Amino acid sequence: MFLIECPWCGERAETEFSYGGEGGITRPAEPDKLSDAEWANYLFMRTNPRGAHQELWNHAQGCRRWFGVERDTVTYHISRSYVLGDGVKD
Amino acid sequence: MQVNRLDKGGRIDRSKPLKFRFNGKSYEGYAGDTLASALLANNVSLINRSFKLHRPRGIIGSGAEEPNAILQIGKGAHTLPNRRATQVALQEGLVARSTKGWPGVRFDIGAINDVFSRLFSAGFYYKTFMFPQSLWNLYEDLIRGSAGFAKAPKKPDPDRYEHINAHCDILVAGAGPAGLMAALAAARSGARVILADEGTEAGGALLRSDEIIDGRPATNWVETIATEIRGYEDVTVLKNSTVFGYFAQNFLTITERTEGPIRQREWRVRARQVVLAQGAIERPLIFCNNDRPGVMLASAVSEYIRRYAVLPGKRAVVFTNNDAAYQAALDLHSAGATIAAIVDSRRTGAGDLGEQAKAAGIPVMPGHIVTNVSGRKRVTGVKIATWDGATEGMVDESIDIACDLVTMSGGYSPAVHLHSQSGAKNAWDDSLSCFVPGEAVQACESAGAGNGRWSLRDCLEDGARAGKVALAKAGFDMPDIAVPAASSQAVKPLEPLWRVPAAQDPDRCPKQFLDFQNDTSVADVRLAVREGYRNIEHVKRYTALGFGTDQGKLGNINGMAVLAEALGMSIPEVGTTTFRPPYTPVSFGVCAGESVGELYDPVRKTAVHEWHESSGAEFENVGQWHRPWYFPLPGEDLDAAVARECLATRKSLGILDASTLGKIDVQGPDAVTFLERIYTHNVGKMQNGRCAYGIMLGEDGMVMDDGVMARLGDNRFYLTTTTGGAAAVLGWLESWLQTEWPELEVYLTSITDQYSTIAVAGPNSRRLLHKLSCSVDLGNENFPFMSVHDAELAGIPVQLFRVSFSGELAFEVNVDSNHALPLWQTLMDAGEEFDITPYGTETMHVLRAEKGFVIVGQDTDGSVTPIDLNMNWMLSKEKDYLGKRSLSRPDCLRTDRKQLVGLLSEDNTTVIPEGAQLIEDLSAPEPVPMLGHVSSSYMSACLGHPIALGLVAGGWNRKDEVVYAWAAGCEPIRARIVSPVFYDPRNERQND
Ligand SMILES: [Zn+2]
Repeated sequence: MFLIECPWCGERAETEFSYGGEGGITRPAEPDKLSDAEWANYLFMRTNPRGAHQELWNHAQGCRRWFGVERDTVTYHISRSYVLGDGVKD
Repeated sequence: MQVNRLDKGGRIDRSKPLKFRFNGKSYEGYAGDTLASALLANNVSLINRSFKLHRPRGIIGSGAEEPNAILQIGKGAHTLPNRRATQVALQEGLVARSTKGWPGVRFDIGAINDVFSRLFSAGFYYKTFMFPQSLWNLYEDLIRGSAGFAKAPKKPDPDRYEHINAHCDILVAGAGPAGLMAALAAARSGARVILADEGTEAGGALLRSDEIIDGRPATNWVETIATEIRGYEDVTVLKNSTVFGYFAQNFLTITERTEGPIRQREWRVRARQVVLAQGAIERPLIFCNNDRPGVMLASAVSEYIRRYAVLPGKRAVVFTNNDAAYQAALDLHSAGATIAAIVDSRRTGAGDLGEQAKAAGIPVMPGHIVTNVSGRKRVTGVKIATWDGATEGMVDESIDIACDLVTMSGGYSPAVHLHSQSGAKNAWDDSLSCFVPGEAVQACESAGAGNGRWSLRDCLEDGARAGKVALAKAGFDMPDIAVPAASSQAVKPLEPLWRVPAAQDPDRCPKQFLDFQNDTSVADVRLAVREGYRNIEHVKRYTALGFGTDQGKLGNINGMAVLAEALGMSIPEVGTTTFRPPYTPVSFGVCAGESVGELYDPVRKTAVHEWHESSGAEFENVGQWHRPWYFPLPGEDLDAAVARECLATRKSLGILDASTLGKIDVQGPDAVTFLERIYTHNVGKMQNGRCAYGIMLGEDGMVMDDGVMARLGDNRFYLTTTTGGAAAVLGWLESWLQTEWPELEVYLTSITDQYSTIAVAGPNSRRLLHKLSCSVDLGNENFPFMSVHDAELAGIPVQLFRVSFSGELAFEVNVDSNHALPLWQTLMDAGEEFDITPYGTETMHVLRAEKGFVIVGQDTDGSVTPIDLNMNWMLSKEKDYLGKRSLSRPDCLRTDRKQLVGLLSEDNTTVIPEGAQLIEDLSAPEPVPMLGHVSSSYMSACLGHPIALGLVAGGWNRKDEVVYAWAAGCEPIRARIVSPVFYDPRNERQND
C-alpha cells in the first residue's frame, strides 16, 4: 500500500486515494478542429513509461482534491506530490 | 510413550502434559512442544506422502523451511489446512492428519507413482495432459483430485480475525541475537519500536545453542534483553508473528497467531526504518534418496535435542560440507546417541568443533560423501564413498554404515525473502557461497545471519550496527549500548557441494531431491535443460522447483546451482528468482479480517426502510443500498406481486421510494457554463423551474450516466444520477472542475442522504397531492410536465417535481429525510381511497421498459452512444460537451452498430432470458455471428404479453425481422424486432 502525500493533508495511506490515470494531458480547446487521429491520440494514447510517471491522484476519502504525483513504475518510489495548474494552494 | 524424550533439559514444561491425536492415534507431548517435536518424541517418523510421487516423508526441519510435515490441523469449521507441524504449538486436544496418502499414510495406493517415477519427470503434466484439448477439463479434475494438499473447511470460519494498522520508527523482523541487539538499541533511544518474531519466544537460533554471552548461557542473556525491551513504553513485542510482506514505502504486513478471542491478527505497519534480522535457513545436501524419513537438517536435530529434549535418532550419520553440522554431532553425542560417523566432504575437516568432536571420540571421515540412503519408511543406513572433489563423473560407494538418522548440512542461506520483496536485489557472495542482501532500495538494513554473518559475535555486532544506522536515519540520538562478549570459533570454510556425485550417472541414479514438496529432483532440472530451458524462471515453472507452499526455502539454491552446472554457467549468472509475499502462507481468515458477514460492506437504508420492512417487502441490493424489490401480499410470488403493482399504478396510483437516486446540488456564477460542458443538451436555454432529462458522456462518447436535472435559479441546479452512479458522477464533475476548468466558480454538494424522494405515479397522483392541501396549483398550466416547485404537502415543506419514469402522470416529492417516513405514511393514508399501491424496483423496471426508457448500466454497457439509443434529439449542435467529438469518430458513425430495439417473442408468451444472445441463422456454422443481446426482459401485465429491450447490430433497419434469442440451457426463442416503446408511444398519459 503506497504512502501518498496529499499537498493539503499530508502523507496518507493509499486506501484514502483514487487513481486518475496519467497526468499532464490537456483537453484540446477546440475538439472540432482536431482530426480523428489527433482526437484519438488525446483520448486513448498514454505514455506508459518504464520509470518516472506523472499521475493524477484524488484524495477521495479526504479533502477530495486532485493533485499530481510523480511515481516510478518500476520501483514504486514516489518522488513528489504537487498542486496542479499554477502550483499555488488556494 | 515418548520414547525419544530425553530425561532432562529442553524448554518444555514437563508439568503440563498435553494429549493430541495424529492420524487417529493418541499421543502425549508437553507444553512448549511444537507438533513436530511432539511427534518425534513419540517416534513418529512417517508423517506424510509426497505431492507427486507419494513417497513416504518425515520431518526434515524445525521451522518455516519444513517442506514435508504439512498437516491438516483441527476439525470441522475450525480446521486449518496445510500447516507446518514445525510451527504449530502443541495444545491439549489438538487433532492433526496427514494431508496426502489414500487410504492412509502408511499404505498409500498413489505410491505406485514412485515405481513408475520415470514417467513423472519434469513437465509431466504439460506433456501428458495438453492434448487433445477437449479432454483438458477431465484431466484437470483428475490432477486436482489426486494432487492438492489439505482440505479447506466446508463451513464458514467461526473464529474471529482482525486487522491493526500501526506506525513505528523502527520495525525489527526477527528476535534472534541480531534482531535483539537492534531492537535494544532502538528501544534505548526512545524510538517507537515493533519487534516481531515468528517463534513462540525470542532468541532465534540461540534457543538451540550452548553458546555463552557475557559469561552466561545465551538463553539467559536473551531473557534479560527481551525483558528490558518489553519494558519500554513505546515498544511492541510480537511473538508468534511472521513478517510476511514488504511493500512499497516501508509498508510491512505481519500475521500474529494470538492466544485470545481473536484467532489471528494482521498488523499493517508503516515503518520509518526497518531492520531485517530473520536469520538464515540451512540447506540440504542433494544425495540419492535424501528425502527418506530420518534424513534431517543439522540445525533441526540440534533444535529438537536442545530446545525440545527430543532425540530424533539413536545412531546417526552426520553429513556436511561445513563446520555447523559438527555442533549437531556434539549435541547428539551428549544426548546419548551414537555417532556412526561425521562424513565431511572437505578433505580439511572442521576447525574448533572438529577438535571437540575428535575429543569426544566421534569418528570423522574427511573427504567422504554420503551417496545413497537405504530404508523406505525410515532410514536404515547410508552408502559412503571417498571423494576427491570432482563434481563430474561417478563415485564408488563402497562403504555401508547402518544408522536410523542422517543429519545433513549443506551450509546456510540468509533469509533474503523480505529484502527481495522490498524491491532490492540479492548479491552472490562467492566466499560465503550464498546470496546475501544487495543494496537496499527502501529504508531498511539487513543484519545478522540474514546478512551473511555466521558467528554469534558477528551477529551481535551486526545487529547493534544495523540498529544504530536505522536510528541515525530516523533522526534519533545514539544509544548507550555495548556489544556483549561472545565466543568466535575458528572455522574452516564451507566447500560448495550442490549435488552429491552418485554411483550412477546423475540422470539415472535414484532420485536426488532438490524440492521435497514438489518432488523436483536433480534429474528433472537436467532434463529441462536438455529440452531447451535456459532461464531460471522458466525452469522453475517447468519443473515446479520452488513452487510449493514453502517457496523452495530448503533446496532452491541447490536447484539453481544444478541448473548453472547443467548450463555451464555460474550461479550468479543464472540469477536469483524473485521472492514474493507471503513469506509463509497466510490464512484467508486473517486476510479478510473483520470484513466478513455484516461488516463486509456498509449497508445503506432509506429513511422509509422501516415501513418497507414492516410491510413485508422483499429487498434487493443496489450497490450498498437495500431497496424494496416488490411488496408481496400473502401467497404472492414475484410475478404475481409485480403484475398487481404494475396494473394498480397504471390504473390508479402507485408509490415508490426513490430516495436512492443520486442528488447533487450545483451552485455558482459559472454553473451554466459548467453544466453545458457536462450535459449533451442545451442547459442554458432551460428556464428557472424547468426540468430536463440529461445524459452525460465519457470523452469516448459513450453514455456514462443519466437522470433528470432541474434549474432552480439562474445559478443553481439540482442533478439526479443513477443510484449506482452517484459517487462516480460527483467525482467526475469534481475532477473536471479541478483539473481542466479551475477558472469556473462552481460548488458541488452531494445531498443524496439529506433528501428523500417519494414518487407517486398513476392517473390519481394529482388528486392525491391535491387532497393533502398541496400549496401550489397542480394544474397543467401552472405545473406542466418537467417542471419543479417548492411546495408544502400536509404542512411539510417539499420540493415537487413533475417527472415520470413510468410514463404515467406522476410527481416526485423531495423531502428532508427527517420527514420522509411521516410523509410516506401520510401519503399512504390519504391514498387509500385510490387503492394506493407501494411498488419496488422490479415494477419500476417493468413500467419504464414498457415505455422504452433505458437503464444505464443495464441496457448500456459502456460501449453504447446516445445515437445507438436513438437519443439524437438530446445532442446539442450549438456547443461543445464532453464526448461530443467522439460521436463523429468513424466507429461511432457505423450504421451496423448495436442499436436499441424492442423484441417480442413470437409465441407472445415466452419471457426471453435477459442476457440471451441474438443470432440470425440457426444453421450458421460456428462461430455463429452474434447480432447482439437482450438487455431487459419482463412479462408486461398491462400489455398482456412479454416485452424485451435489446441491442442489435443495425437494429433499426431490421424492424419486423425475426431473430433467435438463445441463452444457455434454453431452446432458441423466435423474437421479432420492434420499436422499443411498447406503451403510450405518444406520451399522452404523462402529459395528462
Ligand atoms: Zn487531502
